[in-house]
Amino acid sequence: MKFGVVVFPGSNCDHDAWYAVSHNLHQKAEFIWHDSPSLGDVDAVILPGGFSYGDYLRCGAIAKFSPVMSAIRKFAAEGGPVLGICNGFQVLVETGLLPGALVRNAGLKFICRTGPVRVETTDSVFTHQAVNGQILHLPIAHGEGCYIADEHTLDRLEGEDRVALRYLENRNGSMRDIAGILSEGRNVLGMMPHPERAADPLMGGTDGLVILSSLAEAYAGHTASHLPALKI
Amino acid sequence: MSTITSDVIAAHQLTQPEYDKILSLLGREPTFTELGIFSVMWSEHCSYKSSRIHLKKLPTQSTRVLQGPGENAGIIDIGDGIAIAFKIESHNHPSFIEPFQGAATGVGGILRDIFTMGARPIAVMDALRFGRLDDPRTGERNRRIVEGVVSGIAHYGNCFGVPTVGGECVFDDSYDGNPLVNVFALGVFRHDEIFYGKATGVGNPVIYVGAKTGRDGIHGASMASAEFTEASKQKRPNVQVGDPFMEKLLLEACLEAMKTGAIVGIQDMGAAGLTSSSCEMGSRAGTGVEIDMELVPQRETGMTPYEIMLSESQERMLLVAERGREDEVLRVFAKWGLDAVVIGEVKDDGMLRVKDRGKVVAEISNRALADEAPLYNRPFSKPLRNAPLDGPAVHSSDLLGDLKRLLESGDLCSKHWIWEQYDYQVRTNTIAGPGSEAAVVRIKGTPTSIAMALDGNGRYCSLDPREGTKLIVAECCRNLSVVGAEPIAATNNLNFGNPERPEIMAQLVESIEGMAEACRFFETPITGGNVSLYNETLGVPIHPTPVVGIVGIVPTAKPIGIEFENEGRDVILLGGYGSSDAEQFGSSQYAKVVVECVWGAPPKLDMDYEKRVQTAIRQLVRARSVESAHDVGEGGLAVALAECCFGEKGIGVEARMSSPLSNEFLLFHEGPSRVIISTAHPDAVFEAARKNSVEAVRIGATLKSRMSVGNRTETLLDCSVQELKDVWENSLEHLLHTSVSVE
Repeated sequence: MKFGVVVFPGSNCDHDAWYAVSHNLHQKAEFIWHDSPSLGDVDAVILPGGFSYGDYLRCGAIAKFSPVMSAIRKFAAEGGPVLGICNGFQVLVETGLLPGALVRNAGLKFICRTGPVRVETTDSVFTHQAVNGQILHLPIAHGEGCYIADEHTLDRLEGEDRVALRYLENRNGSMRDIAGILSEGRNVLGMMPHPERAADPLMGGTDGLVILSSLAEAYAGHTASHLPALKI
Repeated sequence: MSTITSDVIAAHQLTQPEYDKILSLLGREPTFTELGIFSVMWSEHCSYKSSRIHLKKLPTQSTRVLQGPGENAGIIDIGDGIAIAFKIESHNHPSFIEPFQGAATGVGGILRDIFTMGARPIAVMDALRFGRLDDPRTGERNRRIVEGVVSGIAHYGNCFGVPTVGGECVFDDSYDGNPLVNVFALGVFRHDEIFYGKATGVGNPVIYVGAKTGRDGIHGASMASAEFTEASKQKRPNVQVGDPFMEKLLLEACLEAMKTGAIVGIQDMGAAGLTSSSCEMGSRAGTGVEIDMELVPQRETGMTPYEIMLSESQERMLLVAERGREDEVLRVFAKWGLDAVVIGEVKDDGMLRVKDRGKVVAEISNRALADEAPLYNRPFSKPLRNAPLDGPAVHSSDLLGDLKRLLESGDLCSKHWIWEQYDYQVRTNTIAGPGSEAAVVRIKGTPTSIAMALDGNGRYCSLDPREGTKLIVAECCRNLSVVGAEPIAATNNLNFGNPERPEIMAQLVESIEGMAEACRFFETPITGGNVSLYNETLGVPIHPTPVVGIVGIVPTAKPIGIEFENEGRDVILLGGYGSSDAEQFGSSQYAKVVVECVWGAPPKLDMDYEKRVQTAIRQLVRARSVESAHDVGEGGLAVALAECCFGEKGIGVEARMSSPLSNEFLLFHEGPSRVIISTAHPDAVFEAARKNSVEAVRIGATLKSRMSVGNRTETLLDCSVQELKDVWENSLEHLLHTSVSVE
């Protein structure tokens, strides 16, 4: 299994995602530069957290025009799994791969805090290793993570079992406590909490590994034989 | 061109003797551009002219120090071929004028100091000082400053992608007209990746990279070298505007460009911008630097050489590349979408030569600017002291009520409202973050973690700058020892008033001497730092506020927290009850918050005993013989015990002591060298105490959800943990969002 971690100018959780999949999960992982027109031979794509293009205009609004996003649209349309974390989720809604929008937190402040999130469906490549209703303790770290959509869209997301994760402590004001949603094809997941920050016991927990290892297992076949060299 | 009159000289904050020195160094009258260049380089901020003589007293060397003061940051060897670079710097004046941008660019500036050396920043901490939030006269303004400063730090650090892992925050009348924003940053690299700010190699190209130059921040360095007056409000345009996204690109591009091997020297454009970077790089290398103003990327039209040289526009770097290999460097910056332009070259004549449209507009020896700045041995008398020696007799009728007042006071309450706005986890290295005894950040790919803490105590230092400063060094080292780390090096930020007043200068001198003594004793050389003087508004100085940032190393492991983990554990006071008297008690938080007046002297410190307590706790934590450890600091034993109860599990304590101290002193005195431990292995604790010849007193045991404290047969405190925690946890938010009306 090979993960590709996209690097936009301003991505700052790219290395964290790469480290979690390569060193905590022992999978192959490589970075994909934002102006790359192709994704190479990766089996799954992670859009990491950060501030792509400075998040000027709107979070994720400029990133959607980068060359790599055309490749990701195509990859997703063909059923390839795409995981957008935090800023990656914002990019996915701006791109239209996921519905709705992410706006300023209800309290208007950036929030960095670990809290409980409930797995709402195990019917996806990202959550099949979890138990339905399983509580994951995952960190959030964002200023614009309040998920909004019109009632019809929210009803549809729920009706189609596409709400993947819900906050038990909703601090950003997201509608219906939504923390993560799936695409219609269930192969694109956008989530505000950071699974890659909960992938190492030293960092206070490993609940995030459920998401990453679900993905790894779904595409198991070739596991990395050795750890890649670590650059400081 | 303006003629240089005495008014022009005064407007540049140069004295007549200083101007005379310029005349003799040049052998002629300076041009207007040259006058500007001298004025920023010889400002207090850049030249340390009032403090340099005394800073020499500080210890700066050890076997681990690879780079001491004088570079952009100090560098320390941490083993395995890895080094860390770290420094603290103030952005006090800009943060008062424009809190959000002032604080944001403070973060930006110190981050550049770290990555200009080749290190990737992995942690930031902040020491903040504000006026009181509940003051009916100034509270509203102070609350606005807090909001602005905290969101400015969050804005810059979060976007840049460096975790803000700790710090401290104090509210006091003394900072009412002069808040302090001191930012510490730390980076990591390999020994063979270190870069210096040296313009070596005659003929090598000088390259400008990063943001374009605008008119922002002109004379920022001289602004930071003067007192505040009503007219200072007009200095708002002097405050720079930060762009953390640009800085993130600059970081990645610089580190990538350094890997090409084509860069020979690099320095950020911080205070005094293009001026300081060019002449300091030349001065360090003993070379000349010639630059052409026409080639400097500009975002405003019609800028004069004076403005370009003095601009403090953010996110810019100056570098020198190997001749013939400049394209390798330029290509990396182009990849990151950044301006990178050759604006001049290294010369052999030791001069800073500034050209504009074919004309030389400034020509000064680099050495004159960087190394021959005036040096003052300013007169000093006895340190300024406003507090009385004696205070009222302390007798409490409600000890629990007093504890609650302390727990909800601005200085002692939970600061989660602040640090939850900071991304303290990005880069996934933070194994102990804000709210811990000391922050601990692992270095991936090595068995080592870095522990770091900031400490300052203006109240102690206002009563005795020498002893107060020794206490903060001791406390900072204690914080590190409590997480199992060995303190190895320090950085300092000296925040004081106007050094031209002998009683303020005396505070500075005594504080530096106290710091020198303590840093020598604790073997934590000062490898760099910052001096911020003229922290006065309308003639009222701040408390003398030295802040130290100390770093230590610890084998990477799951950290031991401050909070009790399990019921039924022995609670031991390592170091013993300590001692106090009516005079020392006057410096406590109890005096400040409950008695509402401060008097006397700081607590007495026995450095030798302190060091032994630190050795004992470090051994115990590393051996994992304890489940929790928390030092007794401000607020004394009662506040520290309460904090030990504020864990997620809500484990409380029943303490029954046997001390000859009065109830008030026992609960609230702030004597150093004490650590509260909970343990399932009390014998190991007593054994470590015996070996290190320090006291260890079993004071009680942990239990479920209640905090009960007694002395001999008397119960002094008895309360549910939740009730205390509610007071402590939500106080800052209340203080910030309750408006106080003037009666």
